[in-house]
Amino acid sequence: MTRSFFAALAGALFGSGLLVSGMIDTVKVQGWLDVFGDWDPTLAFVMGGAIIPMFIAWRVAARRKLAVLGTPIPAQVEQRLDGRLIWGSVLFGAGWGLVGLCPGPALAAAFLNGWGGVVFLLAMVAAMVATPALLRIIRPEGDTAWTSAR
Amino acid sequence: MIEQDWVWGFVGGLMIGGAGALYLLVNGRIMGASGILGGLVDGSGRDTRAERLAFLAGLVLFPPLLVPLYDKVDTRLTGNIWLLVAAGLLVGLGTRIANGCTSGHGVCGISRLAPRGIVATLAYILAGGVVMLAFRHWLGVI
Repeated sequence: MTRSFFAALAGALFGSGLLVSGMIDTVKVQGWLDVFGDWDPTLAFVMGGAIIPMFIAWRVAARRKLAVLGTPIPAQVEQRLDGRLIWGSVLFGAGWGLVGLCPGPALAAAFLNGWGGVVFLLAMVAAMVATPALLRIIRPEGDTAWTSAR
Repeated sequence: MIEQDWVWGFVGGLMIGGAGALYLLVNGRIMGASGILGGLVDGSGRDTRAERLAFLAGLVLFPPLLVPLYDKVDTRLTGNIWLLVAAGLLVGLGTRIANGCTSGHGVCGISRLAPRGIVATLAYILAGGVVMLAFRHWLGVI
């Protein structure tokens, strides 16, 4: 119960931040990516603002083994810059640019985006469900770390 | 000469980072929207189901309550259904292949100075920029 309470609190604060920052406005997000058009630097201020408390949190976390509710602080995964990381991010960035939505704002504005937001969310969830199977087809031997760009 | 939007962007950013700090230090989890949702729908996050659902409930249900504080909230989302479907599929596929999106790789990864977070962020911003160039300035469809 306590875990769920703080998870809901974090989700609510995250969503509120997305609303306050203007990042649920798809035109502002696309404006950040539109370097050759009417460029809008707001997203950089949002990122900068978000990184400050998170940077401090990682410093605090580094001195503890456990979070307040007893879960181990997530260990850093091996920092392999593989093709999976890069090609996945390229696909994501392409979709992000097309309509100006990434997963956080798409969820925070689920009730504010009208039917278009629902269409986006359904397509996104369908792709998320299908991705593990697709990866198994592409790499049946189970080597999920594409080595091309290491 | 600092624009109002930038100030609100920074304030909202502090709230986003505060949410990530809370989720990390209290729950011991990394606040990545695509990972929290993806692990729920593909079954890989079965053991942490309740926590994921609670986070998503807060994220989806709370922001609409703040809307009355504003004169007008407009997300200005496109009405082109083909773009919406294509973008949704690309975002869902890409974030699960890369294991993160703007919150996980961007906010949480960069602040940890994680090379994977930094490289992923550069890759998706660059790809988004190229898409804007191609689809807005060459093809004129977005």
